[in-house]
Amino acid sequence: MTSIYERFRDLLRSEVPVALATLIEGPDIGAKLLVEESGSTLGGLGSEQLDRVVRRDAIAMLDAGTSEVRHYGPKGEARQHDVSVFIECHARRPHMVIFGAVDFTRSLASQGKLLGFRVTVCDAREVFATRRRFPMADEVVVDWPDRLLKRIGSDLGPRDAVCVLTHDAKFDVPAIIGALPTRVGYLGAMGSRQTHEKRIKRLIEEGVTIEELERVRSPIGLDIGGRTPEETAVSIVAEIIAMRTGRNVPSLSQGQGSIH
Amino acid sequence: MHEIFDDIERWRAADQKVAIARVVDIEGSGPRDPGAAMAVNSLGEVAGSVSGGCVEGAVVGEALELLEGRREAGITSFGYSDDDAFAVGLTCGGTIHLFIEELDW
Repeated sequence: MTSIYERFRDLLRSEVPVALATLIEGPDIGAKLLVEESGSTLGGLGSEQLDRVVRRDAIAMLDAGTSEVRHYGPKGEARQHDVSVFIECHARRPHMVIFGAVDFTRSLASQGKLLGFRVTVCDAREVFATRRRFPMADEVVVDWPDRLLKRIGSDLGPRDAVCVLTHDAKFDVPAIIGALPTRVGYLGAMGSRQTHEKRIKRLIEEGVTIEELERVRSPIGLDIGGRTPEETAVSIVAEIIAMRTGRNVPSLSQGQGSIH
Repeated sequence: MHEIFDDIERWRAADQKVAIARVVDIEGSGPRDPGAAMAVNSLGEVAGSVSGGCVEGAVVGEALELLEGRREAGITSFGYSDDDAFAVGLTCGGTIHLFIEELDW
């Protein structure tokens, strides 16, 4: 029979999301419950009721990707501190979807990989969207942004990012409109302030509301005066990190001046 | 824990006992987040880390005590306290809480 350790090891090695709950204070120290995203479990913490509550919490924590200690009563009661359970979550890798197979995309895809994202590059122009130009990406998709988002949009969550780098309203507008209904945590669009103003006009004409537009980081990135594709990529991933951690740092989208 | 499986597998294949220490909580500034893990075998060999190198030496001592049956599985904390009770601390001034156990599950 497979032990909890062996199952845990095999799931992690094949990059399948999994949470490992360990009882670290209470009656049965060291007891374990392995919880998969599907809800299936292995092991137990000594009480069926406690297992049920920890399983529910672990599934929610897998979505957010956090690991922490939770406190319960002996049978999983909330607001009690008899039992402490460390829930270690191994979420799936966050997903970065980059629209536009341009020069800036190469640098951003590399930065995304450095930070542990699964990176998808998408462009409708097949001469640009090639594996050879983006060897660092996990996948290169030749398609229209709205069509890709229709396929994968429901999988996007708070840890994921959509970066629109096309500079071309023909692609930008469907990409932003496609990303707005998703749960994606970061949505940014590249372009000068002038491009941004024109794009906003187009989006409003298409029926996007002002409140929805507040979600779009545009011009994309932090105000660090970056110029080159590499520097711009740093400013974008820095903005993604700052958004996740809730830090108050100067974003280009909040400023007025020149973006370079 | 991902990065320490290769060493753990080698030790298990050689019938070595293995202890695992995992960061379960941090207070203030801590170098590694909850989930960071290190493994220690009965020869004192180490894989992985739980801090920036500040407490690993002390963790090896705790792990060997556990594998030799001189302590139980449980929480061990390192950090600066008001009365300076801890011999080993984090230079960053934070406190980390580790759960140390034998890999027998």
